[in-house]
Amino acid sequence: MELLSDAFVYLCAAVIAVPIANRLGLGSVLGYLIAGVVIGPVLGIVGSETTEVQHFAEFGVVMMLFLVGLELQPAVLWKMRKQLIGLGGLQVVGTTAVFAGIGLVFGLEWQGALALGMILALSSTAIVLQTLNEKGWLKTQGGQSSFSVLLTQDIAVIPMLAVLPLLAVGHVAGNGAEHSDGHGHGGHEGGGAHGGEALAALPGWAQALVIFAVIIAIIIAGRHLLRPVFRFIAEAHLREIFTATALLLVIGIALLMDFVGLSPALGTFLAGVVLSDSDYRHELESDIEPFKGLLLGLFFLTVGAGIDFNLLFGAPITIFGLALGLMAVKFALLFGLGTLFRLDGPDRWLFALGLAQAGEFAFVLFGFASSSGALDQSLLRTMTLVVAISMLLTPALFILYEKVIAPRASAKSDREADVIDSKGRVVIVGMGRFGQIISRLLLTSGYDVVILDHDPQTVENLSKVGIKTFYGDATRPDLLHTAGVGDVDLFIAAIDDRDKQTLVVEHVAKTYPKVKILARARDRHHVYELENVGAHIAEREVFEGALALGRQALVELGGHPFRARTKTREFRNHDFAMLDDLRENYNDGGVDKSYIDAMRAHAETLFDIMRVDRGEERHDRTERGWNPPPKGDATLGLEPEGEETRG
Amino acid sequence: MAKVLVLFAHPRPDRSEVNYPMFETAQAVQGVTAVDLYARYPDFDIDVDAEQAQLVEHDVIIFQHPLYWYSAPSIMKEWQDLVLEYGFAYGQHGHELDGKIFLNAVTTGAKPDAYSEQGMNHADLRSLLAPFEKTADLCRMKYLAPFCLFGAGRAVEEGRLNVHRNAYDDLLKALVADRLDLEKATRADVLTDILDDFILKGETV
Repeated sequence: MELLSDAFVYLCAAVIAVPIANRLGLGSVLGYLIAGVVIGPVLGIVGSETTEVQHFAEFGVVMMLFLVGLELQPAVLWKMRKQLIGLGGLQVVGTTAVFAGIGLVFGLEWQGALALGMILALSSTAIVLQTLNEKGWLKTQGGQSSFSVLLTQDIAVIPMLAVLPLLAVGHVAGNGAEHSDGHGHGGHEGGGAHGGEALAALPGWAQALVIFAVIIAIIIAGRHLLRPVFRFIAEAHLREIFTATALLLVIGIALLMDFVGLSPALGTFLAGVVLSDSDYRHELESDIEPFKGLLLGLFFLTVGAGIDFNLLFGAPITIFGLALGLMAVKFALLFGLGTLFRLDGPDRWLFALGLAQAGEFAFVLFGFASSSGALDQSLLRTMTLVVAISMLLTPALFILYEKVIAPRASAKSDREADVIDSKGRVVIVGMGRFGQIISRLLLTSGYDVVILDHDPQTVENLSKVGIKTFYGDATRPDLLHTAGVGDVDLFIAAIDDRDKQTLVVEHVAKTYPKVKILARARDRHHVYELENVGAHIAEREVFEGALALGRQALVELGGHPFRARTKTREFRNHDFAMLDDLRENYNDGGVDKSYIDAMRAHAETLFDIMRVDRGEERHDRTERGWNPPPKGDATLGLEPEGEETRG
Repeated sequence: MAKVLVLFAHPRPDRSEVNYPMFETAQAVQGVTAVDLYARYPDFDIDVDAEQAQLVEHDVIIFQHPLYWYSAPSIMKEWQDLVLEYGFAYGQHGHELDGKIFLNAVTTGAKPDAYSEQGMNHADLRSLLAPFEKTADLCRMKYLAPFCLFGAGRAVEEGRLNVHRNAYDDLLKALVADRLDLEKATRADVLTDILDDFILKGETV
């Protein structure tokens, strides 16, 4: 029963805290961390078991890397090799060196300093990847660089595990058992070899051989064995068995890697990559995803719950000072590396701020370092707390990035905005999927168009296909001015970011009242929003496309193509009428009761309109002209000498 | 004073040498409502209610268009199919158009002699436009002979455009002022560009 009550407490904390944190824009990671602090040190509901739970929850990281691997085809990984080795390698080596140096200055033995340096060089894969994913930043340059570095770090854990025992200087672990890391590395007090128990007895070269063989085996089995197995299981149509198989695979690989002393996360990552171009990729993803999410959440909870408040309140300034110092140093190094690797303004900030904390692997390695005697206990307790605090502060850094730095940094990007040397009758800002179609229509129709986009990649790609695009941030008034917005007839705003879009439209409407503004809107409410700030025409981005597909659906369902067309037009007309009718309602009180009532009424009218030809009233609003007149003589009521029929 | 509605249909007004200038003439006449149907309904989504309300408002309805396959450009047929509805224009309760005047103001590519029993078309223009006349009859409208410019393709080169525009101006003004000899115009084969015969002299009614 204790298990259930613990589970209840943990789940309860998560269910309460995470939605609130999300609503406040803090992200789920911070929500979990705060929930952990509340149930741990603050309320004291959970306590001693957190370390054990944490070891269990670290499995979430393993699953996360499996999922990341699934997303990465081998070809993509190969393309990243420069970043992995260059950026990632430099980060690990550089940060290790700097922290080791600092350790020496503070009087640590060189062995201890090196161990500490290596441990602090790692960042939190769990927090960073989860956040990047949640915010949709993983595909940005900053996100990609962060990912490369995290991956390199995970690989670097292997040599670190090998080296740590060599750095033992005789701090014999007093309570090593407590720090045993659940990965099978515990208990090698001063042992000379890395690897799991099973291999400890083998000589170095044999261990290397076994490790190599295991990796090859994973790749070969993944390619040739797993697919038929998954097909067999899938054909059984037992969903839970498929899920079980997926879990079995991940756990099995984790155990295997553990057995040979490699990072389980790395092993499952490898398995993920191998399976990334298989047919079952998406099913595997959706099966593992919830487990990963919950375990990671649990992990963050335990980090929060595991904070030693006595130690913290004993020397708050020292602890926070160390944590902030740690982050400042890592940030400075990362920022420098970002500059070296030509990361642009906001991307460099995302990269440097995001990775500035120490990671969960630190807990594992601290345990290992403690049991192998590389670091002494009091330092370890302090540093464990420092690492936890730095992780706790990370979501705040992401918020800082999102709310303060990203909006400004993009304006102060290293790349100077292009000098706009051509003029046209039209300025288009935003060359995403939407803006591109408009620009092509106008350009091929022979109009001069000045195009602005703030993504260097897009600008480059478009210039490759011969569409001249200027680089620049459309939210900058001076840039809009040099683009000649004052002299054009049309300003077309097609920026993806909803708020930016509204902002730009508002600025242009106020500054250049003579320019006609056409704007792309996210949805009906955005139409009203844009109209209210001065857009003359706002078009919902997916509306017409959805109608077109819907019309084809009617045809596929057996409808006559022309009736499908008519019905779709009828629907469209009604929707536009509704757009007009609801405008005042929305502007008065937003989505309130009267708005919803009006919408309901409209929905009912629409039902009536669309249903007409199912009933008796053949001669009604729909398809008016194409409905036959009532049965009988259509010319009834005409003069006696009237014609036979119409036409 | 009569209210005149000109419904103009030309799918390429930018390439039109005669019809669009005529449309401009019509726009300038007081008492005339001139509508470019292709501009109002580029997607052919004709607003039946609005068109019917507009018809009720006016006393004279003119279809102004080039002759396409002995008929009008397609939007005019669509307009007829949708707007001249049972119960509105014809049928048991369809009396909204009773007594209104209807005529086609057309241009043809061929010379006048093509439109005769002996000519290329073996029929005169008015009988080729019979579907419009029959439609007007069914809707109890008074059908007038077509107002036509033959050989429109060479009208500009031959200096006939301005003459025709002036005649159109006269015709529209006469209609607005109720000064067109309707009986004569009903019986004629075509309203030529010499309109004097049809326009009543004397005091304004």
